[in-house]
Amino acid sequence: MQRIVLERAGGTPVTKRAHLGAVASGNLEVLCEPPAGDGATIVVSTSVDGYEPVWRATLERFLEQHFIAAAIEINDFGATPAMVSLRLEQALELAR
Amino acid sequence: MTPATLRRSYVESTPRERIVALADPGTFREILDPFARCSSPYLAEQGVVAQRDDGVVIGRALLEGRDVGAIAVDGRFLGGSIGEIGGAKIARVLERARDGAFLLLDTGGIRLQEANLGLLAIAEICDAIVALRERAPVVAVIAGRVGCYGGMSIAAALCSQIVMSPVGRFGLNGPEVIEQEAGIEEFDARDRPATWRATGGLRRVAQGHADILVEDDLDDIARTLREAFRATRNRERLSLARLRDRFAESAPA
Repeated sequence: MQRIVLERAGGTPVTKRAHLGAVASGNLEVLCEPPAGDGATIVVSTSVDGYEPVWRATLERFLEQHFIAAAIEINDFGATPAMVSLRLEQALELAR
Repeated sequence: MTPATLRRSYVESTPRERIVALADPGTFREILDPFARCSSPYLAEQGVVAQRDDGVVIGRALLEGRDVGAIAVDGRFLGGSIGEIGGAKIARVLERARDGAFLLLDTGGIRLQEANLGLLAIAEICDAIVALRERAPVVAVIAGRVGCYGGMSIAAALCSQIVMSPVGRFGLNGPEVIEQEAGIEEFDARDRPATWRATGGLRRVAQGHADILVEDDLDDIARTLREAFRATRNRERLSLARLRDRFAESAPA
């Protein structure tokens, strides 16, 4: 199990909470809520070790595309990067 | 009957979607949602990622105006296994329920990573079901992909009524457990049709181990759940008395 934290300052805060997905094979759970402070924080717990560069690339791309401030928690059970991106987009749509 | 293409599938729905679809519209209030972050403290130290609701959704809802406890186990997370937190969530809702409760069970039973704590939790759940059904209906629905096995099959058997779809399976030991313990001559767990023939909803209802057969259709299950609640209120005290007599016969003092 590996923990990855990503932070970025600034951005427009999300207004609502959103929860979706499950900690199930090839899937992930996303919790997205308005940030306590300023900026975006993404905390990942993943069951698969050794993919930190892929995680960082996927999450940085998401934050590049959306200038948001939010506290996002990801609990992952072996989701592919495409699945991760899809879930993040879904969460943002619900939380914005 | 609704054509299959227009049905809303129970199997394809998430635990929260299932409760919302079965309860009176707009009445479900979740207790300890994922943002309460009541997840298992034991999984991380065993290298397992935890889910924030511990795989159990609980709350209050109305069913034809009755104030009932609503419970759904998430079969996607660790096989819908019951650990200390998820088990406590279920037991507390049953203890506080006013006019009954429904349990949407999609569970393999005790969570092996939490061993005795899971056992204890299931004992509490069984206790709470027996206490609640003395005064109100407790209805179990077994219609998910995992089915209902292990300790939670005992909890289901204690309910006033069991509703099953052909997708659901219901048994004390799961197929893999039987194969492992009794040998492949006794049961071949890879033979999936045989598993459903032995423990699937069609068989269980025919045997009388479950009460009502439904389609994999949220509207059908919603209707049936209400019927089960209405029917239970009349026959409940009688059936509990019968249960006690049967126990007294089988275990004389």
